[in-house]
Amino acid sequence: MSAQSHSLVMLRRNFKHIARNPTSVFNAVLMPIIIMLMFVYMFGDAFNVGVDYIDYATPGLILLAVCYGLGATATSVNSDMTKGIINRFKVMDVSRGAVLTGHVIASVLTNVVAIAALIGVAFLLGFSPSASLLAWLGVAGMIVLLGFAAGWLTVALGLAAKSPETAGLAAVPLVMLPFFSSAIVPAEKMGPGLRQFAEYQPFTPIIETMRGLLNGVPDTSDAVIAVAWCVGIALVGYLWARSTFKKRA
Amino acid sequence: MTGRIPIVGRMTTSAIAVSGLRKAYKDKVVLDGIDLDVRAGTVFSLLGPNGAGKTTTVNVLTTLMKADGGTVRVAGHDVATEAKAVRAAIGVTGQFAAVDELLTGHENLQLMADLNRAVSGDGKRIVTELLERFDLVESAQKPASTYSGGMRRKLDLAMTLVGHPKIIFLDEPTTGLDPRSRRTMWSIIRALVADGVTIFLTTQYLDEADQLADRIAVLDQGRLVAQGTPDELKRQIPGTHVRLRFTTAAELDAAARVLTDSTRDNEALTLRVPSDGGTKSLRALLDRLDEYSLSAEECSVHTPDLDDVFLALTGHTTEVNAK
Repeated sequence: MSAQSHSLVMLRRNFKHIARNPTSVFNAVLMPIIIMLMFVYMFGDAFNVGVDYIDYATPGLILLAVCYGLGATATSVNSDMTKGIINRFKVMDVSRGAVLTGHVIASVLTNVVAIAALIGVAFLLGFSPSASLLAWLGVAGMIVLLGFAAGWLTVALGLAAKSPETAGLAAVPLVMLPFFSSAIVPAEKMGPGLRQFAEYQPFTPIIETMRGLLNGVPDTSDAVIAVAWCVGIALVGYLWARSTFKKRA
Repeated sequence: MTGRIPIVGRMTTSAIAVSGLRKAYKDKVVLDGIDLDVRAGTVFSLLGPNGAGKTTTVNVLTTLMKADGGTVRVAGHDVATEAKAVRAAIGVTGQFAAVDELLTGHENLQLMADLNRAVSGDGKRIVTELLERFDLVESAQKPASTYSGGMRRKLDLAMTLVGHPKIIFLDEPTTGLDPRSRRTMWSIIRALVADGVTIFLTTQYLDEADQLADRIAVLDQGRLVAQGTPDELKRQIPGTHVRLRFTTAAELDAAARVLTDSTRDNEALTLRVPSDGGTKSLRALLDRLDEYSLSAEECSVHTPDLDDVFLALTGHTTEVNAK
């Protein structure tokens, strides 16, 4: 039996968890849609961003949707750790890390479902991107890469946390971070300090990359920075997760 | 005669061989040079109070933790260099039932079968057999979160058995269980031994080790303070006795003269009389007191527990601590 088949068994287990724990689906899929409705209908007219607000906000809300799924991942990884499930797998002749890979893939797939639903609702609200098929593929690639990076970081947070509750809390900064980026309003409209933070934090180039692709004006330098951030975050998350997995018994 | 080559070697195969095992967390020494030898097909019990180092020992023996020193061989493989081979040979049921609460009992077992390299194709049959054997058929389709403590432990152990491990580690398998579930667990363990499985059992309960183990090692402060068969150990500790408490020193004197094999405690005004605790010997003792018109204020039957073992084996526990 190979590492892949062990990871598949673990992934199937994660799917069953998601199916039996509807609140996590609510958080991951419905919350981003509710936030989208809120911003577009309540605040949208108040923000002057130069273009139709739904066209401006959708890329940012895509990123928000990735982040909203993370709390559930951190909590479920931690409950596997603290309830001894991970130790059970560790003393079996099971591929090392298959359980973590399962969590990461489940997290990415949840992201994909949530974002597909979000983009569907965006179209209903008048979202009119001018992206080519290739640009759409670029957006999809960016989403998967970001989901993968954020997934590994979240798995590491979940492994390191003391309890499922603290694991859930540890993911909160990741949920808040999009608000301090160009997701909702452009960074140049923010006050000094916050503006610099928003410009240089990893989510802004990721959002700007998707924005460029969706508007038909891709920006290569944003894309390079975005990919570099994702690879960096994925690497840190993966290495941190691996060493915590090895050490904690 | 040529065909009669003795196969003594087979009989004494070690399932677990530990020598000089040391483990410390930062500057706190948890295991301070442990030597163990568990013969294949026997039950070995590591007996000790909370914090003695039982779980740490199990963690090192099951490849969960790395030792700081010493060698550990399980099923003939070194845990440090051949962890994979060790894992393929063992089954572990930890101190807290590690079942997936969101999955049903059946799904938990199926998960183990899917992950087990040895099972391939036989999974369905093995799962059904285990559900029947552990009396979990009725609740097989219910999520494990609805199970009672006893059922969880049974499911946990059933999950451990999916891959037919040759050596099973049970870390305090009955802690927190009610007496009935405890007895069920004992009979399950006995059935495993009858199948030829080697069992490494940790427990806080002297009677559990006594009931199940072929050999017992007593662990205290990271050191083994005694090792032997249950009978050998019991010979070292105070046996079952009757304790009689009197109201005055004069009564105590009189009783001590009559009951010559007793030990007296002048401060507590008690006499300790060796006895098996059975009704026959109790009646004989009470009759004898009656005969001399003596009466005790209080009479209690005392069976040795872990505290007695520790007092007897480690003597001045507090002095040992203050090294």
